[in-house]
Amino acid sequence: MKKIILLAATFGLQQAVQAQKYMTRSAQVSFFSSTAVENIEAINNEVASVFDAATGELVFIVPIKSFKFDRALMQEHFNENYLESDQFPKADFKGKIENAAAINYTKEGTTSVKAVGALTMHGVTQQVAVPGTLTVKNGNLIFKAVFKVKNKDYKIVIPSIAAKKVAEVVEVTINSPLAPLKK
Amino acid sequence: MNIRIPKFLFLFGGLLCAFPSFAQDDLTALLGDTKEKPSNVSATFKTTRIVNGHSIEGVAKGVMDIKISHRFGRLNQGAVDLFGLDNAYIRIGADYGLTDNITIGMGRSNVDKEFDGYAKIKLLKQKDQGGTPLAISYVAAMSLKAFRTPVGESFVLADRMCYAHQLLLAKKVNTSLSVQLTPTLVHYNLVDYSSYSNNLIAMGFGARMKVSSRASINAEYYYVLNKWDNAQTPFTNNFSLGMDIETGGHVFQFMLTNTQAMTERNFIGQTTGQWGKGDIHFGFNLGRVFTIKQPKGFEGSRNSTY
Repeated sequence: MKKIILLAATFGLQQAVQAQKYMTRSAQVSFFSSTAVENIEAINNEVASVFDAATGELVFIVPIKSFKFDRALMQEHFNENYLESDQFPKADFKGKIENAAAINYTKEGTTSVKAVGALTMHGVTQQVAVPGTLTVKNGNLIFKAVFKVKNKDYKIVIPSIAAKKVAEVVEVTINSPLAPLKK
Repeated sequence: MNIRIPKFLFLFGGLLCAFPSFAQDDLTALLGDTKEKPSNVSATFKTTRIVNGHSIEGVAKGVMDIKISHRFGRLNQGAVDLFGLDNAYIRIGADYGLTDNITIGMGRSNVDKEFDGYAKIKLLKQKDQGGTPLAISYVAAMSLKAFRTPVGESFVLADRMCYAHQLLLAKKVNTSLSVQLTPTLVHYNLVDYSSYSNNLIAMGFGARMKVSSRASINAEYYYVLNKWDNAQTPFTNNFSLGMDIETGGHVFQFMLTNTQAMTERNFIGQTTGQWGKGDIHFGFNLGRVFTIKQPKGFEGSRNSTY
């Protein structure tokens, strides 16, 4: 009998640990560039993300070509001239949510968190620290964050002719609903 | 049967299952099976024309591309005509994306008071990552010479019309080089001499080489298989060298070409300029795009309204 309980307990533990990974392939990442001349917002609904509650590790993979613009020519220029998506098809973030251990993943609510790690895009990697929130709801998680990216830091060159239309610093918004990973 | 298994083995085994390594590479590997689907190759050419003729590019759905084109006179007209700049052929046109696959266009040229219209349909799209290796589009074009009928002559409507059918086979070889083959049939309802064929068959060759992210050098050549035979002013094949410069919403195309015309019936079949003799025309196409219909999915976005 003891053996059975032990067996059940260890399997139970295994289940619990597995449930601590959360994933999505349809997180939304958008960016917003605002200048006196024009505002540009592009939306990407095909971002993949995985979060490990046990370790706090957080990964985002962003396919660059999936950013949609309301003006088709902007999308072409974004891919061709700025992000050079043929050469650099993906951006990614690999890091950690610092205070992940302090969150109770069984209790509904929203916690302020800080994601720290390496953001790679356009072939350039920078260390970033991004404040955000993590919400527990119906056993799922929602990670949200808003942060600024300086084009120069990632060697994204805005030519003088477009300088009035494209901001030097763009605002990135992340909305990532994560579901528990099932085996 | 009672086999004794030490309890710690259970515990150990269970924990082993329960405690896989949590290195980040494993997390990335979880996402690793996001096999990237081959996506459509974009920007094979900068705009809907290579120089005079059509490129594989259409206009996106709901977008209008207004094109103002000039071809000046021949450089060998000399200083008195400011090397041709004194007399220009002008075409004003608009291309519009009905859908992402169908572009229609209209234009009017001052020479022969010619109206032209076309439809360009994407039949096959080139894809990256080992997908479809080339793109195919079909262009059907027609033109109508609306000049006043000279006294004593008669031109019924049908006499004024010409048609062109083109199959565009294009390939973006790499990020800087694109090439296009353009088998073409041009039909003239009325020709000047009975010895002239009403149907001309031509093969177009086009290429562009990017020299920077915003500029490219283009070349275009139309070889006519059954050229009309005219001893006095022999017809020649159209050859053009151009440069595209793109500045946000505008595309400027500058060119040197041996024709002054901008419609297929004219520059493919009725070119008479000879590069070797200096019958070279300077010209430009200026394109400006306007988004007429906002695409779906941007309701409530912070994009500038227009």
